Amino acid sequence: MKYLDEFRDPELARTLLDQIEATVTRHWVMMEVCGGQTHSIIRNGIDKLLPPEVELVHGPGCPVCVTPLDTIDKALAIASQPGVIFCSFGDMLRVPGSDRDLFRVKSEGGDVRVVYSPLDAFRIAQQNPDRQVVFFGIGFETTAPANAMAVHMAKTHGLTNFSMLVSHVLVPPAIEAICSSPTNRVQAFLAAGHVCSVMGYADYAPLAEKYHVPIVVTGFEPLDILEGIRKTVLQLEAGRAEVENAYPRAVQRDGNPDARRMLADVFAVTDRNWRGIGMIPGSGWELSEKYRDFDAAYRFTVTGIVTKESEICRSGEVLQGLIKPNQCEAFGTLCTPRKPLGATMVSTEGACAAYYNYGRFTESEGAPR
Amino acid sequence: MTIDLSGWSCPLPLRDEPNIMLGHGGGGKMSAELVEHLFLPAFDNAALRSLGDGAVVAGASRLSISTDSFVVHPRFFPGGDIGELAVNGTVNDVAMCGAVPRYIAVAFILEEGLPMQELGVIVDSMARAAKAAGVALVTGDTKVVDRGHGDGIFITTTGVGVLADDVEIGPDRARPGDAVLVSGTIGDHGMAIMSVREGLDFESTIKSDTAPLNHMIATLLEAGVEVHTLRDPTRGGLAATLTEIAVASGVGVLIDERSVPIDRVVQSACEMLGMDPFHVANEGKLVAFVAAEDAERALAVMRGFEIGTRAAIIGEVVAGHPGMVVAKTAIGSTRVIDTQIGEQLPRIC
Amino acid sequence: MCLGIPGKVIEIYERDGAHMGKADFDGIVKEICLEYLPEIEVGDYAVVHVGFAITRLDEESAMETLVLMKQMGVLKLELDPDAALAAEARIALDGEHR
Repeated sequence: MKYLDEFRDPELARTLLDQIEATVTRHWVMMEVCGGQTHSIIRNGIDKLLPPEVELVHGPGCPVCVTPLDTIDKALAIASQPGVIFCSFGDMLRVPGSDRDLFRVKSEGGDVRVVYSPLDAFRIAQQNPDRQVVFFGIGFETTAPANAMAVHMAKTHGLTNFSMLVSHVLVPPAIEAICSSPTNRVQAFLAAGHVCSVMGYADYAPLAEKYHVPIVVTGFEPLDILEGIRKTVLQLEAGRAEVENAYPRAVQRDGNPDARRMLADVFAVTDRNWRGIGMIPGSGWELSEKYRDFDAAYRFTVTGIVTKESEICRSGEVLQGLIKPNQCEAFGTLCTPRKPLGATMVSTEGACAAYYNYGRFTESEGAPR
Repeated sequence: MTIDLSGWSCPLPLRDEPNIMLGHGGGGKMSAELVEHLFLPAFDNAALRSLGDGAVVAGASRLSISTDSFVVHPRFFPGGDIGELAVNGTVNDVAMCGAVPRYIAVAFILEEGLPMQELGVIVDSMARAAKAAGVALVTGDTKVVDRGHGDGIFITTTGVGVLADDVEIGPDRARPGDAVLVSGTIGDHGMAIMSVREGLDFESTIKSDTAPLNHMIATLLEAGVEVHTLRDPTRGGLAATLTEIAVASGVGVLIDERSVPIDRVVQSACEMLGMDPFHVANEGKLVAFVAAEDAERALAVMRGFEIGTRAAIIGEVVAGHPGMVVAKTAIGSTRVIDTQIGEQLPRIC
Repeated sequence: MCLGIPGKVIEIYERDGAHMGKADFDGIVKEICLEYLPEIEVGDYAVVHVGFAITRLDEESAMETLVLMKQMGVLKLELDPDAALAAEARIALDGEHR
């Protein structure tokens, strides 16, 4: 595929790895905050090819994993209501709530539908005027413009049977929360490429300066990730702490102005509880007052939700990069993708699932080179 | 996609009823009409014609038996339909131990209201698939369930094949040093279904690869290839198949990702939906574990078939990491290939 | 949260009052929303995420990135003259194919 294959070239990958190896002189800890990048790193085995001095820590970049438990429970309650058509991205179907997931709701008779795009949910609402259609609007800033458009179109078309359960999360506050944590080890960040395609990267400059961390906007293909790491190592070795763009073909400094305008209209900043981490102020988006009518949290009264997390699940520590998935006692034994204890084991972008699915094989077992 | 049912013309007296009715499953006159005017003409063979409760057929000292149910939705998809799938699927399962498939028994569960024309086209597909595979549908059963209780049509096929005395092929027979081959591109069937699945549909040229593999297997054996294991990677895809064999044989499997053949458009579809081609179903491909020295000969045999032109050697069996399938990635690292949990879902991350 | 795939815009139209189009993902054609890229033209490439084009892909920038990476490799290989010659030949050949 054009724009994909070229950025998977093994020889160029080797070149970049050699450059990283030649540049690094001491141990550095860097974090990527993007589930898509986590997935790519582990699926391509990039972490296994990096020199041992470069430590990659996987951050809370999986919106599926960080959706607060009570939001999931709310979604389950709404999806169980008779007459509701509950639409969601595929990722969310297996995320465990307090006692079940959307798959179970489907098996019990709920009309739960996987959609590729939020506009599909809008069309389902148009085609089913006598049913309430609810879309589960999760994601980082990358997905927000799509979700915003669906709500905007519902409003302009006067649909009374469409609403959205919103749980958007923002990257910069997450980076700030990680940097300001007393146990933080992270010295640099790879910023999520497509988040920056939408939002630009001006917001990261104050963070880079305040915490003296390099922040490099990075793409997703193996060469993009290696290039992001290479630029990061160069900065760290030189003692610099700047925002740099290693994904220029898809990211401009100001992002996408049309998208940002829509986002400012449809969403309002709010405090958000990140599952496994806790409350991060100003780290989420909810529907603005102008669009309050389309907020499923208001349209549906759901009471009696008692949230209960697994007591042995350590996904919070994994999400903050404090432990690696295979350092959790339950990893691979009590907690597997088949019977996940927490969200990081469910979503294929969750670090635990990625480790389990792709990364179980290590050098000690005689890995070929 | 538009389904062309026009090629089938409905014989009297079935023409009087455009849809399947409960009576067609009642065992009375209507059932008999369905057999006489639909199933018999389509599947026509001596054993079936005698219309006994069971078919009497010639046997052998060793038999291979397999059964499978087919509930695919939508029932007509690019490249095939549920009927063709039901015949090829069972032919292949029977053939994977090296047996020659001979007979098929078929059970239909039809939903009241299923258009007769659709049933006719499906039965025709089955007849053609059986002929291409060289098997006979010798006995069957039909039940009809109330409207709303059956999703149109469910088909169960049970196949019987004869196994020569000197053939020993099974999932537990793979050995370190064996070459691993696949007979063609992976992911075609699953993505063909995805392309017409509601909510995810997209325009593409992807077609299901449903096909009988018994002729290819027979030729492999005739050519003297030392075959240890055969399996068709259906649900769960190549990943599930390789893992099952690795576990059953207590060996490790090492794959070179770049050598696994994938159709360009299937690859794009997987990229777009965030799916791994290794987890996507195939219905006309086989995986073969053969003695290392026979690898090239096996490859040549496969490539001699129209359904095998993209056959490739994709890896080898190793003694290390037993039960685990490891792939060398395109950029030279390694990753584990594992079975997925349940349904494969498209992702946004 | 970033499964954004490059697609080539092959058609542009209005639907339900929104700027929509069709994108070709190397053989797969799907309808996408172009509201956020009002200036995009048929033949351009865009990153598409959940059915929305979120940014145009800059061909020149992509090429530059690849060339820079290639040059990094050549610089290292200059220590070995044979390998350097081979590398230069590769880049020249690649240039032909583009």
